[in-house]
Amino acid sequence: MAPAKPHRLLIAAASIVAMAQQALAELRFPQPDFESGYTPPATSVPPPRSLAWEVVDVGVLGVALALAAWLVLKRRSRLGVIYLTAACLGYFGFFRKGCVCPIGSIQNITAGLCDPSFAVPLTVVAFFALPLAAALIFGRVFCAGVCPLGAIQDLVAVHPVRVPEPIAEALGSLRYVYLAAAILLTSLGAGFLICRYDPFVAFFRMDGKLPMLLYGAALLLLGVFVARPYCRFLCPYGVLLGWLSRLSWRHASVTPAQCIQCRLCEHSCPFDAIRFPAPAPSLASLERGRKELVFLLLLLPVLVAGGAWLGHATSRNLAGLHPTVSLSRRIQLEADVPETPTTKATDAFRTSGRTAPELHADARAIEAHFATRAAVAGALLAFLLGLKLMALTRRPARSDYETDRSLCLSCARCFRFCPVRPGGEVPPEFLTMGNKDNA
Amino acid sequence: MAEPIASHGWDRRKFLATGSRGAAAAALGGLAAWRAARAIADDTVWQIDPLKCVQCGNCATRCVLTPSAVKCVHAYSVCGHCRLCFGYFQPETAHLQEGAENQLCPTGALRRRFIEEPYYQYTIDEPLCTGCAKCVKGCTTFGNGSLFLQVRHDRCVNCNECSIARSCPSDAFVRRPASHPYILKQLPTA
Repeated sequence: MAPAKPHRLLIAAASIVAMAQQALAELRFPQPDFESGYTPPATSVPPPRSLAWEVVDVGVLGVALALAAWLVLKRRSRLGVIYLTAACLGYFGFFRKGCVCPIGSIQNITAGLCDPSFAVPLTVVAFFALPLAAALIFGRVFCAGVCPLGAIQDLVAVHPVRVPEPIAEALGSLRYVYLAAAILLTSLGAGFLICRYDPFVAFFRMDGKLPMLLYGAALLLLGVFVARPYCRFLCPYGVLLGWLSRLSWRHASVTPAQCIQCRLCEHSCPFDAIRFPAPAPSLASLERGRKELVFLLLLLPVLVAGGAWLGHATSRNLAGLHPTVSLSRRIQLEADVPETPTTKATDAFRTSGRTAPELHADARAIEAHFATRAAVAGALLAFLLGLKLMALTRRPARSDYETDRSLCLSCARCFRFCPVRPGGEVPPEFLTMGNKDNA
Repeated sequence: MAEPIASHGWDRRKFLATGSRGAAAAALGGLAAWRAARAIADDTVWQIDPLKCVQCGNCATRCVLTPSAVKCVHAYSVCGHCRLCFGYFQPETAHLQEGAENQLCPTGALRRRFIEEPYYQYTIDEPLCTGCAKCVKGCTTFGNGSLFLQVRHDRCVNCNECSIARSCPSDAFVRRPASHPYILKQLPTA
């Protein structure tokens, strides 16, 4: 049997075992013989509401991605993107209730990679891979008009203000921490962090717990002034999309032809993803940059070691999110402090027939895994921070207004501000521009 | 090869960009292909293993839906059809009458119908059931256990991580292939 098969067999075997298990050992009150001819009806089993929909979802995702790429890159139509955004918000958000989404699918893929018995349906693989593939070809067109979480924020971004770049950069690095934490927790079976703190799914379902509704409402309120805060400062999938978009084959550009430096687009981007022209750096500034780079290269091992230490130091708290570890700690607490009230989990554990030492041993093993993996995650994050700082020492000359490919959401807002026509012709009133006198 | 590269305007930057793009595409394709080879075509849904369930009551309150997608179901073939049903009556009930004060179910979702002396049929009015598991606890503790909780898939929105599963104290929530979404109790086979 090929190694790809055990998985399916496992599920089949598990289901047979599960069905067989339910045959009860013996009835306390035997089934009566009815004289009236009564026969017990069968238990009703309504089928899952959405089996065919999963396939439809993948189809809609593919079509929406293609449509977004066409609208942004070919038609350069903001209005089209708005319609697409609203349609996708309606379909993926309110109609399909937001599950599974590509953001959450990171965890399904991670769980599938770490635990061979975790079933990852093909539709989930498609949901994970399609937007990434689109980003590698066309940039973040998924963010532009398909993602329901982005859509709900995009539609409320009515009065965006400029976030100072250092603050935006610092907040933006939260995404990396979030991604690392989500992967770490999923890889050790401690639950799906991203889904648990999805701010908008409660709106999509029009039902949810109060704290999550408040969190979502706060993000939307903030989103009126700081455009798409979840996307820019929290979204873990945005990290992956940004990496691939940086390498994208065709990416949206502010101008359809040649930039005439009219400066009209300067404040058009609510996400501050337009990079302004910069003069060639002076020799002194290049020299300073080189010194900073050398310093950062020397600092890098220290940073990485510090990150690893920090990860290791927080691993105890992170491990507390794992159900086995938290149960073990609670059992220990109840044993140590006699008046501690029991919880549903500890009550259930005591009826399960397992012993506390077994549980504690399991928990210790999981905590040890957390310690190593959190250290690795911390080191990786610190390494990325080092790279980011090194990138800041570069002083690239830029002659035109360009999009930052990793930050640009391809929302098409800036297109309307560019007076240059797709053929390259420039309206007469702008003809004097293109010289450098306008600075 | 050096000559055409120069004539096509290749430089270090372009080479690196194309190279990384190719590498990213290969990595993405590889991951997707590897994962897809091991993926299952069938989707999975959440379900409760009734033998692991400890009737803690979380199902009624932890679901993202109100009321919960978990409801009590009845395996009629396992039921003893008792007149004194421990899932139906309060434990201290003096008279076995159907008055609300005697019933265990807080919403009156468990109904009973006389069949023949001394047997009754018990049915669940699903729209009223909140999945609180009070009747399940009574039936499992003292009776045949024919009342048990199941995720009702006409209601379940199939969250990526079920929020009841996360808080289930006995790990009774499992992912099931969507083609076999229920775990029902059956008669003893022996």
